[in-house]
Amino acid sequence: MHAGIIFFLVILGSVLFHIFTPWYWTDVASNWGGMDDTITLTFWVGGGVFIAVCLFMIYCVFKFSYKEDRKAEYKPEDKKLERILTWATTLGVAALLAPGLIIWNQFISVPKNAIEIDVMAWQWGWQYRLPGEDGKLGTTQVVNINDNNPFGINIDDPYGKDDVMIQSDVINLENNRPVKILLRSVDVLHNWYVPQFRAKMDAVPGIVTYYWFEPNKTGKYEVLCAEYCGVGHYAMRGGVIVQDDQDYDNWLQDQETFSDLIAKQKILETSKTKLAKK
Amino acid sequence: MSEEFNDNKTIQAQSSESISGGGSGAANDIDYVRPAEVGEQDLYHGHSFISKWVFCQDAKVIGVQYFLLATFTGIIGLILSWLMRLQLGFPELAGFMTAEHYYQFVTMHGMIMVVYFLTALFLGGFGNFLIPLMVGARDMVFPYLNMVSFWMFFIAVGVLLASFFVPGGPTGSGWTLYPPQAILEGTPGSGWGIMLMCISLILFVAGFTMGGLNYLITVLQARTRGMTLMRMPLTVWGIFTATVLAMLAFPALLVGALMMSLDNLLGTSFFMPTILKAGEVLEYGGGSPILFQHLFWFFGHPEVYIVALPAFGIVSDLISVHSRKNIFGYRMMVWAIVGIGALSFFVWAHHMYVSGMNPWFGFFFATTTLIIAVPTAMKVYNWILTLWRGNIRLNTVMLWCLGFIVTFVNGGITGIFLGNVTVDVPLSDTYFVIAHFHMVMGIAPLMVIMGAVYHWFPLVAGRMLDEGLGKWHFWITFLGAYSIYFPMHYLGFIGVPRRYFEMYDSPYMTSAVGMNEFISIAAFIVGAAQFILFYNIIKTLKVGKPSGHNPWKACSLEWLTPSVPPEHGNWGDKLPIVHRWAYDYSVPGAKEDFITQITPPSEVANTEVEKT
Repeated sequence: MHAGIIFFLVILGSVLFHIFTPWYWTDVASNWGGMDDTITLTFWVGGGVFIAVCLFMIYCVFKFSYKEDRKAEYKPEDKKLERILTWATTLGVAALLAPGLIIWNQFISVPKNAIEIDVMAWQWGWQYRLPGEDGKLGTTQVVNINDNNPFGINIDDPYGKDDVMIQSDVINLENNRPVKILLRSVDVLHNWYVPQFRAKMDAVPGIVTYYWFEPNKTGKYEVLCAEYCGVGHYAMRGGVIVQDDQDYDNWLQDQETFSDLIAKQKILETSKTKLAKK
Repeated sequence: MSEEFNDNKTIQAQSSESISGGGSGAANDIDYVRPAEVGEQDLYHGHSFISKWVFCQDAKVIGVQYFLLATFTGIIGLILSWLMRLQLGFPELAGFMTAEHYYQFVTMHGMIMVVYFLTALFLGGFGNFLIPLMVGARDMVFPYLNMVSFWMFFIAVGVLLASFFVPGGPTGSGWTLYPPQAILEGTPGSGWGIMLMCISLILFVAGFTMGGLNYLITVLQARTRGMTLMRMPLTVWGIFTATVLAMLAFPALLVGALMMSLDNLLGTSFFMPTILKAGEVLEYGGGSPILFQHLFWFFGHPEVYIVALPAFGIVSDLISVHSRKNIFGYRMMVWAIVGIGALSFFVWAHHMYVSGMNPWFGFFFATTTLIIAVPTAMKVYNWILTLWRGNIRLNTVMLWCLGFIVTFVNGGITGIFLGNVTVDVPLSDTYFVIAHFHMVMGIAPLMVIMGAVYHWFPLVAGRMLDEGLGKWHFWITFLGAYSIYFPMHYLGFIGVPRRYFEMYDSPYMTSAVGMNEFISIAAFIVGAAQFILFYNIIKTLKVGKPSGHNPWKACSLEWLTPSVPPEHGNWGDKLPIVHRWAYDYSVPGAKEDFITQITPPSEVANTEVEKT
């Protein structure tokens, strides 16, 4: 069989695979539909170039395959053609870059009404902390972390007292309310990633990183660690439950704050000392 | 050692003669080539088996040594990939494999393939073999250093492979070796494994620097008379520019490996912040894990082009020779290679869009990354425009080149996805990335390597590889590799993260099981198909058809040596004198469809050859 035919079938197969693939992205469940749109745009432009280049190549293979009596053209360069191709490519690339940068600008500009969530990662698990009624998270330090202070909140920080602590790998989010994910890690790199939300960012020990999104579909989603973090990486899963505001408020009511925890421990300690005295 | 040089006396005498007698006689004026500025170098001729074949100073032998050792490590990398695919496609058959093993295989596969296979093969292998021949030198300018370079590489490979046998096994920190996990418990090989990896990399860089300086200075200083820079074959341009990149990029890796070793062994905190591990705060503090990533990718991105540029150069020459047509837009091709090389130092952080670095960097690095697409696209256009109105021999070599164009364009386009910062956010750390970089810097360069092997094997061994076997080898490899990596992009679209030992039963991942099985089977077949080449080589060495001189009717110098395969010193008594570029194919008016670089203008006076 002529090599050109096989190459043609490869290109045709690629196009058909794309049309009929059962494997494609999950329905977007956040405001980042724009990312899907840039992917689609890149797909059409890039895919078009790929097909055009390959078809041209296949055409040449058919048309100009070796004949004893033919002589190839002798034309070292064609300045005009090269100039046209350079500018056309530059324009195409700029057309892909521009929407990308616009959405990136949105991605790094967090809306003012976003609720901040402290996502704390370690080998291998997650836990979450929400600001209390004051709307501000207390500051933290790795060295403060112990059984009585699982998030390492600075005890003398007044903002920390009412922080809501969720010592579970599942977090609930309010539908249609932007969230700013504040990521930190106590040991190695991690990455809090929900494919349906599209966005992701590494959690880096020593600093706090962030990203934001606005969930817009209620339901349960799986959290995956997307940055390799050692042997347990593949098992480092979590969950997100996106709820309507009523359900979300009910859930929030039941969660424990930092001062609740401190109070509980005081009671425990006093009863311990009482026991000891007896 | 002085008596060793006696052999060269005749050569020296003749070369000084030709220096004085450059262009005498009015009739030969159009054949005039500026005389050489310096006399010829002395060569050390080995006499014993050891000095001829082991600690050899002949660049051609060193090239073959590099090639064989790189291929050997490549086979280990291939076997590791089989084991990984066994786990991913058929976990029930891979019961012996723990997550620790899996991550160690991932890490070693990546590092071996990128550094010890591709880099060593292109620069050490093809660089050593081809540079002196293509520029018309008798050898590299520092043959002894060149020999040491190979043996440093040998030791580096030894140390790397030794890590399979130390307590804890090789490092399993991913080929990127990101701290803190690379040196903390919880990652396999966090003690011995990572230490040996760093030592091996340091040795590799040291050895590579010796070789690299050699390539650079040979190209700059040892070209024969008439071989101007703009007459060099693009292969030399590709290898030369890649070597410049390597000289500038490898130090960053060296420094990163050293600093991490200090963190690991002496308890410094370059990359280590305050860390809580198993309820205890470790004695580190204040370091930055992202600093390592910057160092790593400042090396890592040029590294992509260290592999790609030689491939670009080689494939340009192969396409030109086998299309019987000059490479289209040679000057553009040269400037594209140099431009891509320069730009490659300004794009590294596109590997770090979601690393937690300052998000404002995203704008800068997305822009630079997409700018680099322009010269790269120009190269692609020029390859296919070289085919246009050519006289294309559809032999094995050309098939590999066509396979390269398809896979490279495919992988290049997905690079535009990942380089565009917004698109990268959902796709980074997924199988899309795996598919992209395997297509663009795994399969595409491999296609070039294979094409180059079929093309230059006659020069190395004096015999032609079997075409029939070659075509089977090509089609199984190309179709198989394409069906591994093309569908894999779609796993990335779903959101399947990379470096997962096991997928579990996430609803959107269970659908990937069938595809994983398919990909694994394809990977087993493609891997096995590579042994067709080994069989072909062994068979050819025994009963292959003798190639004679210049079997492909090429213009470039490496085919014009007095004996095939070329002997030590390459050129016999007299160095060649170059009169034109390496691409005078199908010149109107010429008797044959090629005019070699050493054909003087007076012999082809009535042709319409362009001045180069």
